Order: sequence, then structure tokens, then C-alpha cells
Amino acid sequence: MTVFLIYKAILCVLIFAVSLGVAAYATWWERKFAALLQDRKGPNRAGPLGLFQPLADGGKMFMKEEIIPNVSNKFLFILGPSLFLFLSFLTGVLIPWGKDFTYDGHALALQLTDINVGLLYILGVTSIAVYGIIIGGWASNNKYSLLGAVRASSQMISYEIAMGISIIALVITAGGTLSFREILDTQDAGLANICYQPLGFLIFFICALAETNRAPFDLAECETELVGGYHTEYSAFKLGAFMFGEYINMFVSSAIMAGLYFGGYNFPFAKEFYHMIGLEDGSAWISLIGAGVYLIKTFIFISVFMWIRWTLPRFRYDQLMNLGWRVLIPLSLLNLAITVLVEIFIRGTIQL
Amino acid sequence: MNATNTPMDYLPIVMMFLVAFGFVATTMFLTHKLGPKRKTKIKLESFECGIHSEGNARLPFSVKYFLVAILFVLFDVEVIFMYPWAVNFKDLGLPGIIEVFSFIILLLVGFYYLLAKKALRWED
Amino acid sequence: MLGYTITQWLFGILSFLAIMFALMVVFTRNPINSVLYLVLTFFCIAGHYLLLNAQFLAVVHIVVYAGAIMVLFLFVIMLMNLNQDTEPQKTVISKVVAAIAGGLLLFVMVGALRGSEQLQIKQYGHSDIGLVKNLGNVLFHDFLFPFEIASVLLLAAMVGAIMIGKKEIK
Repeated sequence: MTVFLIYKAILCVLIFAVSLGVAAYATWWERKFAALLQDRKGPNRAGPLGLFQPLADGGKMFMKEEIIPNVSNKFLFILGPSLFLFLSFLTGVLIPWGKDFTYDGHALALQLTDINVGLLYILGVTSIAVYGIIIGGWASNNKYSLLGAVRASSQMISYEIAMGISIIALVITAGGTLSFREILDTQDAGLANICYQPLGFLIFFICALAETNRAPFDLAECETELVGGYHTEYSAFKLGAFMFGEYINMFVSSAIMAGLYFGGYNFPFAKEFYHMIGLEDGSAWISLIGAGVYLIKTFIFISVFMWIRWTLPRFRYDQLMNLGWRVLIPLSLLNLAITVLVEIFIRGTIQL
Repeated sequence: MNATNTPMDYLPIVMMFLVAFGFVATTMFLTHKLGPKRKTKIKLESFECGIHSEGNARLPFSVKYFLVAILFVLFDVEVIFMYPWAVNFKDLGLPGIIEVFSFIILLLVGFYYLLAKKALRWED
Repeated sequence: MLGYTITQWLFGILSFLAIMFALMVVFTRNPINSVLYLVLTFFCIAGHYLLLNAQFLAVVHIVVYAGAIMVLFLFVIMLMNLNQDTEPQKTVISKVVAAIAGGLLLFVMVGALRGSEQLQIKQYGHSDIGLVKNLGNVLFHDFLFPFEIASVLLLAAMVGAIMIGKKEIK
């Protein structure tokens, strides 16, 4: 029991630190990637390849003057970004980074916790993440912030429905489990879920873009219309909290997609590979290799997020809402129907 | 697999809760203390592209946003109702599918009404 | 610890917090703060569900109440003209009426709860009745009719919302 608790505490701090680090370096990679696409060099002054740039940015954000407008609601103004950053950490707890390993006779999981209603928990935290933006935008008492906050929140809630329905289809494919871990394990033996759920994945991916407020769905901070959107009035670390939260959300949602649809730490011929290099089940190396594979997949997804951002123009608001309500919801219901038919007639889960 | 399904599973979430809370609270407090403070009246006004701000932002906005929020509540409940079915998909079998699809068809009737009434038209 | 188990301690703390936040909902003057306290109350109640091992209910409680209904509340309150952060003082009559109405509600609730003393409380402990799988089985076998009726109810609500909303749009 004590070993378990200490291990979980260490893992908790580790995952926290990794999320922070990945978020910081995602900003660096975003700028490098944009530079690559636009045939520029990107950050190259601070350290080799500009690698110290995130540290410099972080330091700057800490040291800048913080401005709280006179007309704002002070408490809520601080609460908004704090809540946003805080909630972005809470989604990451469920991700299983690797297989269990044995240490000193204890089976330890490379996952903070595996709850019975994992996918619903993720949906729940996403649905609460709206609060940070609404509260922050409203408390600023600025017209741009208010518009940005209202746009962001109605966009996020609109896309949540399609996301929920596409998850239902996934749950059916995975054999009726809401636990993140078990969904990964079903992909260990068979094909990755993307093979059964291509349409579902597409819907989930679009919704994930919309939920993280990334381009082309970043109307909430659309600078051509709304200055800075919901964080117009924010400065110093409070602005940083919104940015950090966004990058952590991007990291976690990439990890969720890589896990749910692309098998996470599993890869083709994993068993043969481990057998070939002579690793036994329960070895810590297997967990580590798995975690590495998972991180690579996550990284690819993060890059795709960025690729999309620097390629596609922003939607107009009516297009965005139409896509969410008139296209994605019917499409996700269609995907559900197809999934059920496939389960009955092709995979034969249910005998007629 | 330690799928014991007890409330103990939530302990690590509480841990992460504390770590994240501690981090956010400390950084918010520290950065509040660290930065320079040169406050002027104009700086503390709310930003309106350089001109003096007119009134404040406690403004009413379009009722469509409320409609979206109300419809979201309703759809959300419907989606949540489908989760127990998805988990029991195999056990419930064909009767379960028929039950849920009759449920979804009623949802689609509402959805059709919503489109027919142009409740979510943002163009005009 | 003082003869109580951890579960009992947690129950006590959560109940205390839930009641305190619920009181704050009533006592704060700023309606936005009221909504936020209500969200905190919901979280405490979700914690209670967790202690009963009703994990599905706990998460659904957060998704639906905190994530959906309270967002709607926030929207509605943000629409209201909140230039003064406090609500205006009520007249004496409305205070008296509110006290009577609230008192009657309390009376009804106490009356309803008195009947429940005779009910046998089964000790489930950490049973798995609240997990999704078992809940789904019960919902789709024993409570099928209410389930289907619920969809009709939701449909009615949807039509009503559109009717009212469209009147404003035109």
C-alpha cells in the first residue's frame, strides 16, 4: 500500500512535469514548424536552434507587469486563467503511457489511475474547461473579451455533442468498456481502432480541434475581429496560463487520440519485437519502449495540429456552427448506425 | 490489471488535483508579487483599440447563443443516456439496439424540427 | 481516527462543504458568484456519489449539471444587465412571502423524509451497483418505459425551447 502510494505520488509529479515541459516545448516546435512551412528560420538566437526560447519566454511572462483593469471583477479575473490552467492538468491523469511492469514484486502501471468511467471523465473535464474561458472573458469587462468568451463557449459546447456520440461508437467497437486502459488493450491483440472507426476518428479529430480552440476553430481569439478574444485584457502570467493551458490541452488531446484510435503504446508486431530482443513480460524496458512509442504518436498528432493551423484559414462563425450542428451531429449518428451494422453483420458480435 | 473499481481509483486524481492546484496558486501569487507595478489611469481602462472605452461590456447578446446552450443541455442528456447501452451492447443484443434507435429517432424528430424551423441559422 | 473510518471522515467533510457552498449560493449578492458556488456544491455531491461507488452517476452529475446546465445559467446571468454587482433590496412583503414559501418547502421536505425512516436501509457497502454496466442492465430491462418516455420529454423540451427562442430571433 505504501509502495503504491509513493509510486503514484512520484508518477503524478512526473506526469505533471512532463505535461509542463511538453507544453513549453510545443510553443518552440510550433514556431519552428511554422517557420519550416513558411521557409523561415524561426527562433534561432537563444541557444542552439533556439532551444532556450521557451525558457526565456517563460521567464519573461513571470516578470512582466500584470494589469488588472479597473472595471473588471478582480477575483473572477484571476480565477478565469487559473481555472483554465488547472483543469488542463486534470485531463492527463487517465492516459496509460505504457504496460505494467514489476518492481520488487509489485505490479506497477505507467498510468496514474484507470477509472471505470474513464472516457466520461474526459468528457466531463472538457465540459468544465469552458468555465475558465467564460469567467475570464466576462470578468474582463471588455466587449472583445465578452464576445470571444461567448463564441468560445458556444463553440465548445456545440462540438461536445458530436464528440460524445463518436465516443459511443468507439465504445461499441472496443467491446463495451469506458476504461482507457482496456480500450488500449483491445488494440494490443487486434487492429487499432482507426481501422474500425475511420469516420468516428475524423469526427473526434475535428471536435478535438474545436475543443482546444485551435485553428481553424480559433474564432474565440480571432485577431482580425476581436483583438485577442477572451484574453484581450490579460497580461503577464495570466496570459501565459491561457496559453499554457491551450498547449497542455493540445498535448493531452493528441495523446487521447493516439491512444483511443491508434493503439497508444502498442505497435505492429510488438510481441515479436520484444521477444526478439529478449525482454520478458513485466520488464520495465517494455513499459519504457511503449511510452516512447506513445510519445512519438502524440508528437505526430501535435505536429498535425500545427500543420493544420498554418495551412487552413479560419472559419466564419456561421460556418463553424453549421459544421458543428448540421454536419457533425448527423454524421456522428450515421457513424453510430454504421458501427452497429458492422458489429451485427460483419464482426458478428450479436447473433440475430 | 487492477480494475478493482473502488473509490480508491480516484485517489491519484485527488493527488493531481492538489499538485496542479498548488502549482497554479503559487505561480499566480508569485507573478503577482514579481512584476513591476506602474499603474496609470489610462492603462487600467479596458482596451478598446486605443480610443476611450464607451460604457462597459455588461451587454446583452443574441438569443441564439442561449438557444445553443439550451439545445446542448438536451442533447447532452440524450448522449449520456446512450452510454449505458454502449457498454452493454453485447448483453442487450438486438432488443437493446431497437430500444436505443427508437430513442434516437425521437431525437432526430426534434433535430429535424430544429432544422426546419431554422433555429440554428446564423446567416441572417 | 476518533473511531470513524476514512469514508465517514470524507463523508463528513464533503457534507460540510456541500452545505456551506449551498448556503453561499443563497447569501452571496453577486449572481455570478452564486452560480460558481452552485457548481462547487455539485462537485461535493459528485464526491458523495463516488463514496457510494456510483461512479457513473458521479461523472454524469458533473457532465450534465456542472458542464451543461450551469453553463446555461452563466449565459443567462451574463445576459442580464449587471451594471450593479449587487441585486436590489427587496421589499418587506416579498421577503415575508419568500420566507413563507421557503418554510413551506422545508415543511414538505421534512414531512417527506419522516416517512423514509421506516424504509429498510440496505448496506451495500462497496457494491458495484453504481457502475455503468450494472446500471445499463437495470436501465434497459427494468426501467425501459421511463427511458423511452424520457426521450419524449426531451423532445418536448426541445420544441419548447425552439418555439420561445425563435420568437426572439424574428
